[in-house]
Amino acid sequence: MVQLTLPKNSTIDKKAGKKFAAPAGAKNVRSFKIYRYDPDTGANPRIDTYDLDMDACGPMVLDALIKIKNEIDPTLTFRRSCREGICGSCAMNIDGTNTLACTKGCEEVKGDVKIYPLPHMPVVKDLVPDLTHFYAQLASVEPWLKTDSPAPTRERLQSEEDRAKLDGLYECILCACCSTSCPSYWWNGDRYLGPAVLLQAYRWIADSRDEATGDRLDALEDPFKLYRCHTIMNCTKTCPKGLNPAEAIAKTKRLLVERQG
Amino acid sequence: MSLRSPLSRARGLGSAKSGVHHFWVQRLTALALIPLTLWFVFSVARLAGGSYEATYLWVHYPPFAVTLVLFLAIAFWHAALGVQTVIEDYVGHEGWKLTMLVAVKFGLAILGVACIFAVLKVALS
Repeated sequence: MVQLTLPKNSTIDKKAGKKFAAPAGAKNVRSFKIYRYDPDTGANPRIDTYDLDMDACGPMVLDALIKIKNEIDPTLTFRRSCREGICGSCAMNIDGTNTLACTKGCEEVKGDVKIYPLPHMPVVKDLVPDLTHFYAQLASVEPWLKTDSPAPTRERLQSEEDRAKLDGLYECILCACCSTSCPSYWWNGDRYLGPAVLLQAYRWIADSRDEATGDRLDALEDPFKLYRCHTIMNCTKTCPKGLNPAEAIAKTKRLLVERQG
Repeated sequence: MSLRSPLSRARGLGSAKSGVHHFWVQRLTALALIPLTLWFVFSVARLAGGSYEATYLWVHYPPFAVTLVLFLAIAFWHAALGVQTVIEDYVGHEGWKLTMLVAVKFGLAILGVACIFAVLKVALS
């Protein structure tokens, strides 16, 4: 159900935000305004402001977050792992756009750097969203090769042309930036699979080695699982890997029409 | 609190195995409405400020009457499909959703038939 206003315990308490000043003598100072929420305290979320000396900080937003956690406020909680845009852990909303903190340069942001968790997901703590349902939805499309033919004695062959059809699909790192940027996923995420999962579903539909294409299309042919996509393209616009989930969804819809007659 | 597993929740009631027809008809009616709407708007603009007789003769002329009936039927059909999408998008409560879907479909069917009847009445008189 559309929920345009936040429940009372989720609204940001504007007076509660703490401010951490930059060290004396810092010349190149930038403010990072970061969403903070701790379920253990029972308090509403707040926005803390951290002033950093950028001359003593790495270039990426993740560098700034790690500097804050290491040197200023160890209670700041966020996910990160590879710091090179391949694990998808540090997906968050930076300067109003879902992206990866590790590949987003602080210099790309004008003014204060505002950092929030991925939108419209339950928040575990600070910048950590609960992605349980997102991962379960991925599992529900059975994102693995399915065949009925006996397993070959060597690798399964695929022509170069067929392999090329997976380009732009296999690179998805499942960071959830796209799904959490999609209003349809905000309103109907319990049933709508969302762009990331639909792109993964199409990745297996498009795979020439897979023998379950019809079953996969059957499973997607649903007013909510697939057809909540209205092609508004937020997913494609926000994808930090430059992929195009909207196109994958459109191709799935085309195949569903194609098999009708 | 539900103790269902996340996968069970994600799978829900499974696929409805429908939706293609709605999607396809919505696009077909949209396509048909491009020329029909242009024709309708252009015609009404020409008739604006004109006499009752001129409008009567316009509706009475068989090719125009047929096109007008086509325009109305397709426009109301397209509207029903479109409003259904909006309701499914924004109304989460099952009871409310069903009530609104039924009300909208019935309402648009009545309006559509009434409009077509009005055209036929003039066209066949």
